[in-house]
Amino acid sequence: MITLEGVTKRYGGQAVVDDVSITFGSEGVTSLIGPNGAGKSTLFGLVGRLITPDAGRLAVDGMDVATTPSAQLATVLAVLRQDNQVAARLTVQDLVEFGRFPHSRGRLTVVDREHVERAISYLDLGPFRQRFLDELSGGQRQRAFIAMVLAQDTKYVLLDEPLNNLDLRHMTEIMRLVRQMADDLGKRVVTVLHDINFAATWSDRIVAMRDGAVVADAAARDIMRPEVLAAVYDTSVDVREIDGRPVALYYG
Amino acid sequence: MTTLTATPASTPTRVRSRRTWVGVLLGVLLVGLGVTSLFVGVSDVTPASLLAGGAESDAAFLLAASRIPRTVAVVLVGASLGIAGLILQMLVRNKFVEPSTTGVTEFATLGTLVTMIFFPGMAVVGKMGVAAVFGLIGTWVFLRVVRFVPVRQLVLVPLVGLMLGGVVASVTTFFAYRLDLLQSLQQWSLGSFASVVQGRYELVWVAGLMVVVAWIAADRFSVIGLGEEFATNLGLDYRRVVAIGMVVVAVITAAVLVTAGMIPFLGLVVPNVVSLIIGDNVRRAVPWVAGLGAVFVVACDILARVVRFPYEIPLSLVVGVIGAALFLWLLLRKKSRAH
Ligand SMILES: Nc1ncnc2c1ncn2[C@@H]1O[C@H](COP(=O)(O)OP(=O)(O)O)[C@@H](O)[C@H]1O
Ligand SMILES: [Mg+2]
Repeated sequence: MITLEGVTKRYGGQAVVDDVSITFGSEGVTSLIGPNGAGKSTLFGLVGRLITPDAGRLAVDGMDVATTPSAQLATVLAVLRQDNQVAARLTVQDLVEFGRFPHSRGRLTVVDREHVERAISYLDLGPFRQRFLDELSGGQRQRAFIAMVLAQDTKYVLLDEPLNNLDLRHMTEIMRLVRQMADDLGKRVVTVLHDINFAATWSDRIVAMRDGAVVADAAARDIMRPEVLAAVYDTSVDVREIDGRPVALYYG
Repeated sequence: MTTLTATPASTPTRVRSRRTWVGVLLGVLLVGLGVTSLFVGVSDVTPASLLAGGAESDAAFLLAASRIPRTVAVVLVGASLGIAGLILQMLVRNKFVEPSTTGVTEFATLGTLVTMIFFPGMAVVGKMGVAAVFGLIGTWVFLRVVRFVPVRQLVLVPLVGLMLGGVVASVTTFFAYRLDLLQSLQQWSLGSFASVVQGRYELVWVAGLMVVVAWIAADRFSVIGLGEEFATNLGLDYRRVVAIGMVVVAVITAAVLVTAGMIPFLGLVVPNVVSLIIGDNVRRAVPWVAGLGAVFVVACDILARVVRFPYEIPLSLVVGVIGAALFLWLLLRKKSRAH
């Protein structure tokens, strides 16, 4: 379980994450939604020990994030941030191998190599494995980062806007993969998504944030209501039932 | 998911075998130039004179007391300066930095001036120690300052470093001038291996040791090169690895400065060339950078000895001219690749 108790983060007096208490980890796939600036990325940063909270407590499987050795946390929790710029000229294979670092400390065993191979084939990166990251398209690079996190093989995986830069087919493929990670590999995935229809289709639970607070937290079907979405996004959203599934229409 | 772009299956193997050839060429070049370096000089040391005179001859003495130390020093200096550049580039996440474009060399020079003023009789080891401490301070100051420069501002980072170095260098010059030490200081900074003899060159082994440290911690430096967020996610103690890297850079800079003087651009050019060939995975890059750095400096040192034979021209001049040209080429090339 990822547990947050009264967690607050302020920037210049402004609470960006405001006294949030929530747990993640009983559902396979949880989507975190909310408008820009709601505090989603900050929340991930706090859980991933990249940002220190001003108040409150965070724990992963009972291990306090503030005091547990970073190396130990890295074997149970992986966080992929939103905008990743890597200046170093590394190949896709290099990057995915670094995902094994918490386990291998740099010396890859047979098991490590199996994880690397599986991550590469899961994300369909075989043809690009020897390519340098700066020779890939944005979507291919995004898949390489996801493969790295997958190779890290942690119980909890936090993905901040993993569908950025992806085309329609790869968006669907990534969400299917996220589902598989939860269903087949027993992982607990929390992912920030902007497309609420993707969130509704693929997740067990949706958490909505606004102005640093959690404003809705329920099963997908209960979030996909015009009044809930209007309250979260401050704009009217029409929800229709298509083939028995709620679909939000927000294209104008 | 299926393949989006078809890549010919043979490409990776072909690239790899070409890399192997470049590696072999580098090794042969290093050995060849190293041996040449043993036999280039004013006094007549040739394989024939060695054979004729035996172990007691002047030639053998010269070889052991001067030529071998010089060649070993040149190799170690070239290798370690390349590594200093590589590690600094990983710490800063910028390809255009090296000790002399970040103020580290200037801080270390200030350190040697301090020893000249306050401890004139200090042993070379002590001088190196003081220079290393100053170099460390310089690295720290630079890392502090560039934190305010966005990572994407590729060319701004070394500009800030050059400015920082300029300020420190003028402080050094000012005090050296006031205290009439300008000439001694200039002798330091004009890089040359002419003064490298048995009994004085041993310090470069310390720089060599830092190369080993860099190799042992290679994967950590690669991960650091991905940035603080990736490093933390992978459970690495970011600050500690940065601290180790700073020590490696400062000690190499200081050891080279007190034994051979200032050798600019090498730490920048060599890792960049290697990066183009095999990329930035530090574990893979370390032997390449060390090898190419050694070849580069040995070649420049031979050139410095033969251009105006029997006189020597300063090594920093030769390295500076060739290095600056390569630096410009890399700069323009990179720029054209930036989106
Ligand atoms: N390092 C920072 N310094 C100051 N303000 C920040 C910083 N990081 C984020 N913020 C602010 O915090 C708010 C929440 O940001 P973020 O968590 O990135 O939102 P989201 O990911 O939900 O779009 C935004 O208003 C943003 O401007
Ligand atoms: Mg965000």
